[in-house]
Amino acid sequence: MLHIINKSPMTSVSLESCLSSATGGDILLIEDGVYAATRGSAVEAKLQGAMGKFKIHVLLPDLEARGLGDRVIEGVSPVDYAGFVDLTANNKNCQSWL
Amino acid sequence: MKFGIVVNEGPYQHQASDSAYLFTKAAIAGGHEVWRVFFYHDGVNNASRLTEPPQDDRNIVNRWSKLAEEHKVDLVVCVAAALRRGIKEENLAQGFRISGLGQLVEAGIKCDRLVTFGD
Amino acid sequence: MSSNVKKFMFVNRKAPYGTIYALEALEVVLITAAFDQDVSLAFLDDGVYQLKKGQQTKGIETKNFSPAYRALEDYDIEKLYVEKEALAARGLTEEDLLVDVTVLSRAELGTLMDEQDVVLSF
Repeated sequence: MLHIINKSPMTSVSLESCLSSATGGDILLIEDGVYAATRGSAVEAKLQGAMGKFKIHVLLPDLEARGLGDRVIEGVSPVDYAGFVDLTANNKNCQSWL
Repeated sequence: MKFGIVVNEGPYQHQASDSAYLFTKAAIAGGHEVWRVFFYHDGVNNASRLTEPPQDDRNIVNRWSKLAEEHKVDLVVCVAAALRRGIKEENLAQGFRISGLGQLVEAGIKCDRLVTFGD
Repeated sequence: MSSNVKKFMFVNRKAPYGTIYALEALEVVLITAAFDQDVSLAFLDDGVYQLKKGQQTKGIETKNFSPAYRALEDYDIEKLYVEKEALAARGLTEEDLLVDVTVLSRAELGTLMDEQDVVLSF
């Protein structure tokens, strides 16, 4: 399953809820969700810890728009919109953690 | 693959409709079909033809209309949500149509994937 | 079940009244019932507040839509799942809820989500 997160981990429990409920699969960080993918943030350790269970992706155009395109945590894979579409197509189902 | 898209937020206020639009464009470019885009909650405001953004900004409403015209994307606005927010036939932008929530359920049934953009 | 029946799950993670999402989500659920699909509702995080007993909305001049959750049964929608951890974090128990639900852990809910064809989040 593809889990789509669009909230900053500093203001919302969306990422937290997803990490503790979902059984695994792909996570894609978009919009304000991309802040979770940046080096040096308070949630970096949490994200690193989730990498065994989940494959984590970040929508690069959203990260670049926010001036953080060069700070992707190692192991998080940057994708463009075509990559977003592929992730959706390659998973059986998807859920947006609004 | 056949995609359905749900847009739950208004244009300009939230990035959801931009994300939905860019996803839709990429899906079509990738050879997929976007069978329907369903606008719900404040998302119905994407359909107002009275929208006038500043010259140097993107025109979100026209972008959707163009997508409908060029790629036959079915743009459906939820009637109940639209009436609540003052979106009617008389101010509906080109390419959009107003219909019931059943159209959202139908998209869930007929499409291979349904992707929601919201807040 | 025939092949054109899909598993729909409505994931509710927002509290009522502060925003319209809970009400409009319920409107979709009721419509979906008419399509003879396999429908379930999940209440996570602040979504559990939607089911709190004793909602009195007179003072905010807004319609109290909570009785509609009790009507879901009449539409053959009987799969209501509530997140155990969310209840506990909010000082609530099953007794505080206005309908019969199945309380599940986050992990159990995650497994259920995986099994769905369509997940609509509000």
